[in-house]
Amino acid sequence: MRCMVMVRATAASEAGVMPSEKLLADMTAFNEQLVKAGVMLAGEGLKPSAEGKRVYFAGNGRSVVDGPFAETKELIAGFWLWQVRSMDEALEWVRRCPPPFDGECSIEIRPLFEADDFGEALTPELRATEERLRAEIAGKA
Amino acid sequence: MSQADTHRAIETVWRMEAPKLVAALIRVVRDIDLAEELAQDALVAALERWPTSGVPDNPGAWLMTTAKRRGIDLLRHRQLVERKHAALDGDPEHEAFTMPNLEALDDDIGDDLLRLIFTACHPALSTEAQVALTLRLLGGLTTAEIARAFLTAEPTIAQRIVRAKRTLADKRVPFEVPRGAELETRLAAVLGVIYLVFNEGYTATAGDDWMRPALCEEALRLGRTLAGLMPREPEVLGLLALMEIQASRSHARVGADGRPVLLMEQNRALWDQLLIHRGLEALEHVGRLGGTEGPYALQAAIAACHARATTAEATDWPRIAALYARLAQVAPSPVVELNRAVAVSMAEGPAAGLALVDALREEKALAGYHLLPAVRADLLARLGRSDEARAEFERAAGLTQNAQERAVMLQRAAGCTTG
Repeated sequence: MRCMVMVRATAASEAGVMPSEKLLADMTAFNEQLVKAGVMLAGEGLKPSAEGKRVYFAGNGRSVVDGPFAETKELIAGFWLWQVRSMDEALEWVRRCPPPFDGECSIEIRPLFEADDFGEALTPELRATEERLRAEIAGKA
Repeated sequence: MSQADTHRAIETVWRMEAPKLVAALIRVVRDIDLAEELAQDALVAALERWPTSGVPDNPGAWLMTTAKRRGIDLLRHRQLVERKHAALDGDPEHEAFTMPNLEALDDDIGDDLLRLIFTACHPALSTEAQVALTLRLLGGLTTAEIARAFLTAEPTIAQRIVRAKRTLADKRVPFEVPRGAELETRLAAVLGVIYLVFNEGYTATAGDDWMRPALCEEALRLGRTLAGLMPREPEVLGLLALMEIQASRSHARVGADGRPVLLMEQNRALWDQLLIHRGLEALEHVGRLGGTEGPYALQAAIAACHARATTAEATDWPRIAALYARLAQVAPSPVVELNRAVAVSMAEGPAAGLALVDALREEKALAGYHLLPAVRADLLARLGRSDEARAEFERAAGLTQNAQERAVMLQRAAGCTTG
């Protein structure tokens, strides 16, 4: 199974405080373990939300709001994509992660939808659309 | 944490740590069974202690320390018994029991895992034994799980593992990564085992049993681990690239009706771009290492051609045909030749492909292979030689074991109008 592992933002990360050399070294060592265990597929750090934008949807309307965003603890400061055998394994890896920031912070693990999860939700209509798209891509429509 | 949670946590930690633990212990005690026994003892100790003390911050180190302590106790006891026997024998030549240096367990574990992979895939073992031992020792899979994955009875797998260990002990197989020319041969066996595990899971992606698709993930993890341990071996990265790109198509390989969808007919929007990206990156790395002519690197390069084409029509067939020609040189096989014929027919037209296929008709290895007449039939049909095409489609239908494939072949035979 795959899961996304998200590092929650803190006031410091939102203020653009850069990680110390020690933290970078610790994180690199942790990433190295993840890679050698065949677990890590991708991972990146995100710039503060001040450099981000958000698009709000309301029906057909779109409105763009510039960062920074207020709800610091709900924001993401970095993520990994892992392939693990179970949520328990993901949890165990997160326990081994060096603290991403000084003070209180959190990391969230969310399993990804896999093809099978769509079993019921992928209705015959959606399947049909998929078939049509496939035909179009293959130039047979 | 509840009792059940702790037990699950221990099981998880065990699966993650067992390979490193066993690999490190084998290096020191030079005996797979003893190493496994010591590791299991450490697990039992964890099961006793952790529910009350909680899972330690560094569970791997805890297990290693515990295994080391148990190992020292056990080996001291054995030493004592040996000495007594020697005294009773009165034989001064009696081979003294040498105490392994368990303190050396704290060395870098990376090399231990590498040695373990090479030991599990030793040529003294049959391929089946190599696969079972690799999944058991490196994947941390139980005998029951391996048996389910390979649709084999559990006692068969258990026996295979026991025999494999005995063979390694009897032949005094050194626990090491070979060097020089030997490395290349042995590495080929290691890569072969990983790819076999991958294909076992890949061909069964449509199956109900989760264990078989899980084999795919396990092989990918082994491949990624190996690439992490041997980042300068082009073929390791070539195999990884091949597996990542093939895995990227897994969602598109089965239609809504559960039937397999051929590569050229797959909905490319369903291909996993992250895995494609990882595959292409690994392949670029192969290029930087100057290893693009290896069999896995070439197969990965072919897979990459398909991955890069946004539509089936955009496929770079001349390049694929050229890659197959090189593959046919470094790893000649009639199946590669047949694939090359298909690529050539796509690049240069059906007549050029047919000439290559016709050259394979005497090939004994392909005598019962339904794809030979199927490919030939397709080329004949494209050339307007309908009667011959129909006969070949019928022949292909007669050879295939798959009912759905047979139906397709018969349908195509019926569609051949006399021209």
